[in-house]
Amino acid sequence: MLSGFNWASNTESGPDCMSDKPKTQYDIAAIMNENINVMRDVVPWANETRFRVTKVEKGHVFGIQPWAEHLVGDPDSGVIHGGVITTFLDNLCGMACTSAMTEMRFVATVDLRIDYMRPADKGRDIIGEAECYHLTRTVCFTRAWAYHETRDKLIATAAGTFAINKARLGGGSKK
Amino acid sequence: MNPQLTNPRADEIDTILKRIPFAQTLGMRCEVLGDEMTAILPFQEKLIGNVAIRALHGGAIASFLELTAMLQVFLVSDMPRPPKPINLTIDYLRQGHAKDLYARAYVLKMGRRMASVRAEAWQENRAEPVTALMAHFMVAAD
Repeated sequence: MLSGFNWASNTESGPDCMSDKPKTQYDIAAIMNENINVMRDVVPWANETRFRVTKVEKGHVFGIQPWAEHLVGDPDSGVIHGGVITTFLDNLCGMACTSAMTEMRFVATVDLRIDYMRPADKGRDIIGEAECYHLTRTVCFTRAWAYHETRDKLIATAAGTFAINKARLGGGSKK
Repeated sequence: MNPQLTNPRADEIDTILKRIPFAQTLGMRCEVLGDEMTAILPFQEKLIGNVAIRALHGGAIASFLELTAMLQVFLVSDMPRPPKPINLTIDYLRQGHAKDLYARAYVLKMGRRMASVRAEAWQENRAEPVTALMAHFMVAAD
C-alpha cells in the first residue's frame, strides 16, 4: 500500500524538525493528507467502488462514497449495495488506525460489524466518518458512521477491530 | 437430472444475480444443488485491496459473503424478493490470496420476521476459511 508514498515532505522539513521530538516521530495524519489520492490508487477495489478520502486528522478520517449505477444492490429502488458501504467504512476505519499512530504502520481487519439503519438514497453521495478511539501495541479499536447529511440520520454504523502489522512496507504476512 | 435435486428457486437465483449491478461488478456466480448453494467469486485484478502483498480486499470478500447469505435465505424461503440486511459481523481469519474464492451460507434460524445466517468463504481448503460472516436479514413483508 505504501509504494507510491511521498515520505520526504515530513522528514527533512516542517515544524517537527524544529522541536525536540526525535526525527522518527512523523506527523502521520499530515503525511496521509498529502497522499490522499495515492492511497486510493494503490487499492484497486477502492478504485472500483470509487470512494474518496476527503480529510485525515489524527485518529479521524472522512470520506465520500458517490452513487454509481454499477454499485446498485437493489435494481428496483436503485439503492447502493451494503457491501459498498462495508468496503467504504472498513477502509476508513483502517486509515483512522494508521492516522492515530506515531509511527507509520498498516493494519489488517480482524473483525468488523455493520448495522444498517436505513437505505441510502438513490443518486446521492454518502458521507463516511471513522474514528480510532483506542489503540494498544497490537490492536486498534474503531467505529464509523455513514450518512447523507448529519450523524443524526444514519445510513449505517460500523465497529471494527484491527491488528497492527509489523513495521515492514506493505505489511501483512504471507499466510 | 434427479428431480429430487432440482430446486425450482435455483433458476431464480441466477436471474437475481444477473439483475443486481453490484453482483455483476463483483463477477460472482452461484451453483445450486437442491437447497445447497455454492457461490463462486472468480479472481479479478480489481478485487485486490493491497497491491504490495496481492491480497483480496476485505470489503470485496464481505460483499461477496453478504450476497451469498442473502441468496441462501432467498433459496430456502418462499419470499418474493431477496431479503434486506439488518446487520452483519465479519471475521477476517486468513489473508485472501489472488485466486478464486468460494462461499457457502447456512440459515441457522428462519424466523417469521428475521433470519440468522452464517457464511464462510474459503480458497483451496474448505477447512481453512478465509473469512466468516454472521448476518441477520429482515424476512417479513413490509
